[in-house]
Formats: sequence, structure tokens, C-alpha cells
Amino acid sequence: MSPSIQAKRFMAGLFPLAGVVALLPLVVTNPYYLGVLNLTALHVLAVTGLNLLIGFAGQISLGHAAFFGLGAYVSGILSAGYGLPPLLSLPIAVGFVCLVALVIGVPVLRLSGNYLVMATLGFNIIVTVLLVQMEDVTGGSSGYFGIPPLSLGGLALDTDLKFYWLAWGLALLGLVPARNLAHSHVGRGLRALHDSPQAALACGVPVASYKIRIFVLSAGYAAVAGALYAHYFGIVTPKTFDIFKSVELVTMCLVGGMGSLWGGLFGAAFLTPLPQLLHVFQEYQDLIFGGVLLLLLMFLPQGLVGRLEESLVRRGFGGIRPPLEETRGSE
Amino acid sequence: MPSGSALLQYAISGLTTGAVYALVALGYNLVYNATRVVNFAQGDFLSLGGLIMYSLLAAAGLPLVPALLLALAGAALAGAAVERLCLRPAKSREIMVLIFITVAASILLRGGMKHLWGKQALALPPWSHEVPLKVAGAAFTPQNLWVVGVTLLAILALSLFFGRTTVGKAMRAMAANPRAAALMGIDTRGLATLSFALAGGLGALAGVLITPITSLSYDVGLLMGLKGFAAAVLGGYGCFVGAVAGGLGLGLMESLGAGLLSSAYKDVIAFVVLLAVLFLRPQGLFGSKEGQR
Repeated sequence: MSPSIQAKRFMAGLFPLAGVVALLPLVVTNPYYLGVLNLTALHVLAVTGLNLLIGFAGQISLGHAAFFGLGAYVSGILSAGYGLPPLLSLPIAVGFVCLVALVIGVPVLRLSGNYLVMATLGFNIIVTVLLVQMEDVTGGSSGYFGIPPLSLGGLALDTDLKFYWLAWGLALLGLVPARNLAHSHVGRGLRALHDSPQAALACGVPVASYKIRIFVLSAGYAAVAGALYAHYFGIVTPKTFDIFKSVELVTMCLVGGMGSLWGGLFGAAFLTPLPQLLHVFQEYQDLIFGGVLLLLLMFLPQGLVGRLEESLVRRGFGGIRPPLEETRGSE
Repeated sequence: MPSGSALLQYAISGLTTGAVYALVALGYNLVYNATRVVNFAQGDFLSLGGLIMYSLLAAAGLPLVPALLLALAGAALAGAAVERLCLRPAKSREIMVLIFITVAASILLRGGMKHLWGKQALALPPWSHEVPLKVAGAAFTPQNLWVVGVTLLAILALSLFFGRTTVGKAMRAMAANPRAAALMGIDTRGLATLSFALAGGLGALAGVLITPITSLSYDVGLLMGLKGFAAAVLGGYGCFVGAVAGGLGLGLMESLGAGLLSSAYKDVIAFVVLLAVLFLRPQGLFGSKEGQR
């Protein structure tokens, strides 16, 4: 199948989704629910990046909330503390986070398995403690507030609805380069790396450099989401970016479908509002959340979308994965 | 320069928490060697053990030893349940999915404990009197001795179990090569359940030892579980000597870091050292080679 047909099929999936996203605010007018939808969009962005790392390159990170948080704090502090316009502070924050990811990534990505899990967890814990302890800069455990909203050429994105358009626009747009990457020779190299690093290396895939590049890219996605978070909510606290957030982001990847970008989207869209919906069960909330998660992982390990997507692709609809036949043929 | 007695004080508290980290790390290793799964519910066994002990002592009025044994048995049962009810029926054998099943089990266990015992902090009485003992200017409670002593006994019992008993040797064979072990007639499924039960018991032992010193609540095991994981990684994942060395090393690093440098940054110090060790030795202190370019 030619790349252009694949791209068309992807777009065939993206446009109906964009339609749903465009129509949702007609139904959802309650600012609280709009807020949940906006948070969902930010999670989609972060999970898209994380999915490239976990689902495609097979490298787990339980430290992505740290990149999310660093993006939020740097952009927040630069704009509120140093008077930079958010439109400038956001790219600076993203650049800074990518630099941090590069510095951390070079030694950390030499590790594998549990050691990689621990190193990324440890990095996240260090960042959280620093955010709490460096009170003069970060405002300590009570958080950093007074962060101005983003404004695009005089149009301040200061309402839930205005931010909704930006956040979901970026969340959907963010899928496009991720999808293109997944289908390029780099993406195929990453998949090979996922299945067997040794075999990938033997086939001439520059394993070490690919791993680091994808790590930096996924950190960049998280940083964009984080910076947007800061300018939307106006306040950032260290607790929002602790290791439990990292676990949550990886869970979204898994529940949606590892290695499927649609999966990441639906995982985020399912797990972000779930705790809010379960609020009515009060003290049973955690039990139900844990139970739902457990059953999904036990009996739907390919994820909510993973399975659906396989059958859709087989019938010729747009998917992000190449069809099964083709994958088999190239093995 | 801090005085000798202050250093001794730090060393005592470091060894106490370090012993508990070692117990938790041993639990991680047992499960990993049998199933290759990192069991993120390990910390919850610690809380569960402490909470059952609390109920048996306070509400049921049982004496110390029966309450202790029942608490260990209860957590062992919970451990076996995680394997039998959550992991074994799971459709996927992919390690990543199995690991996150234990994360879900941990959320479920914590939710259950919150429901049964409430959110408030409970106080578990120490095992014996509370009069502090003094050695060379450093003060410690009898509970510190209990922690270190019982941990040593547990390590001794485990090494006898793995060195002398048939079941223990079978578990080692399974750790080395599960397929070959199964072909030799070893019941690998049963041993997987047993390893979770033992891990539950070890976690509960850590819980009943340390919660009289710290405090007891449904989520006390969360941080302890993470530190135990860090200790297992530091020592070399799956390696028994490594778990003990990693646990004691991490405990000492934390208390010396807190005492000599800064108590606010003690976790940063501990984790920076951990990362530094991993960068130099990607397989941990005692682990076999696993890192790569």
C-alpha cells in the first residue's frame, strides 16, 4: 500500500473525530465538564508522545510527569515571574525540557527493564522534591500561582471554551507528526528496536541514537501539554506532577492500546473523566476505579482501541498501524 | 564535623529503615525470580500486615505472637490472591501488562484497606517496653533491636529455605530457567503462587516491625514499597545479597544524608546516588549484566 493511501486512511479517521470534538461544546456547556475535557486534551498530547516511546520504541518511562511538570513550571515562572509573554515562554519551556531529556536520556536509556523503570521513577521523585523544596523559585508545596493565560495576537484564551479549541486542536494536530514518524523508516526502525534491540542493531538501525531522539521528542510532547496546563489553570502544584501522574499516563497508553496512537487518545479520553464520574460512588470510588482498570488489563490487554483498530484496518478503514498482512509480509 | 555519637545515631536509624527496605526488596525479588513480574502491590502488603496486626491486638485482644502470625498469614493470603485471581487468569503474558495489573491490584488493595480501616492514622504499640536504651551517647528503642534482629532471622530462614529445602531449590531452578524447571516436573504455577504468598508474608513482616516506629495507615506502604523497589534495583534486581545490601545501603544513605546534609533533600540525595550507581553499573551492585548501549 502506498504511503499516500495510508495517509488518506489516517485522515479518514481524523476528520470524523475532529467533527465530534467540534460539536461537543454544543452539548457540554457546564464549565466544570469543559475543564475535564480540556484536561483530557492535555493528557492526549502527553500520551501521544509517551506512546511513541513505549508502544513504538518499547522503552518504558515512569518519569514523564516530571517533563510535564517542568514544562508547566518553566513556562509559568517565566511568564508570571519574569513578564515574558506566554507565547514566548512556552517554546522556551519546551526547549528547556527537551534539553533536560537529552541530558537525562543519554545515561538513562542505556538501562533496560526494571532498571529503566527505576531510573525514570527516581528522576521524577527528584524533580518533585526539588519543586517542593526550592520554595523561593517554585512557591513550594502550595504551588506557583498567578500564571497568565495564553494570548494569540491580542486574543486572550481566558475562557474554558476558548482554551478548548486550542487544546483539542493541538491534541489532534499532535497525532499527525506522530503518525508520520511511526510510518517513516524511523518508525519501522523503532518497531524493530521494540521487538529485538540486537536484531535492529544488526540491521543497521542506530539503536542508541533513535532511543534518545524518541525520548526527547516524547518529553517535548509532555512539555507542551504541561505549559498549556500552567497557562490554562493559572496555578501549578508539585503534587500534580508526581510519580502517580506518570503511572496514570502510562496506564492511559496501556488501557487505550500500546503502540496505537488512536489508543492513546481513547485511553486518555476514558481514564481522565473516569474518576470524576465515579465521584458519585464516594467511598467506593477507588475500589471501582481499581476494579475497572484490573478487568480491562486482564481481559482486554491489547487495549480499548487496539482490538477494534485491528478489525477496522482489516476492513480497509483508516488506522495508524499498517495492516496485519503487510506487517507479516515484511517480516 | 558531627560527633561520633551523632553518627552512631544516624547509623542506627539508617540500619532500622534499611532492614525494612531489605525485607520489602526481598519480596520484590521472590516474585521477580518466579514470574519476571515487578509486583507493585508489594508495599500494600506492608500496610495490610500492620493493619491486621492492629485489629487483632486492639479489637480482638490477642497476644503478640498469635496476632503476628495471623497478620503474616493474612497478607500471604492476599499475596496468593493477587497471583491466582489477577495475574493467572489474565489473557496477556506480556510483562508490561502484567506489571500494570499489579498496579491495578495495588489501587484495589489500597481502596479496600481505606474502606475497612479508614483514612486516619492508627498507632500500633511497640513489641516491648518503650524505655530508650543508650549506647555511647546514641539513644534507640527496643523496637529498633526487634526490627534489625527479626530481619536477620528472616534472612537466615530464607537462605536455609533456598539452600536446604526441595521447594526452595525448585524455586531457584525456576528462577534460572522456568521452562527447563517445568520440564523437570516442577510445578511452576504452584511456585508462582507460593512466591507471591511469601512476598506477602515478608511485606507484612516489614509492616508489623516498622509501623510502631513510623505510623500506620492504609497508604503507609506506598512510599516504603517504592523505597524497597529502589533497594532491589540498587542491589541488582533478583539478587538476594543485593536486596539486603541495597536495603541497608539505601537506609544508611537516607539517614546520613538527612543528618549530615539536609533532611529536606534526603530523598534527592538517596535517588541521586541510586542513579549514579546505575549509570556506572547498569545492572546494580550485585546483579548480572543486563544493561546495554
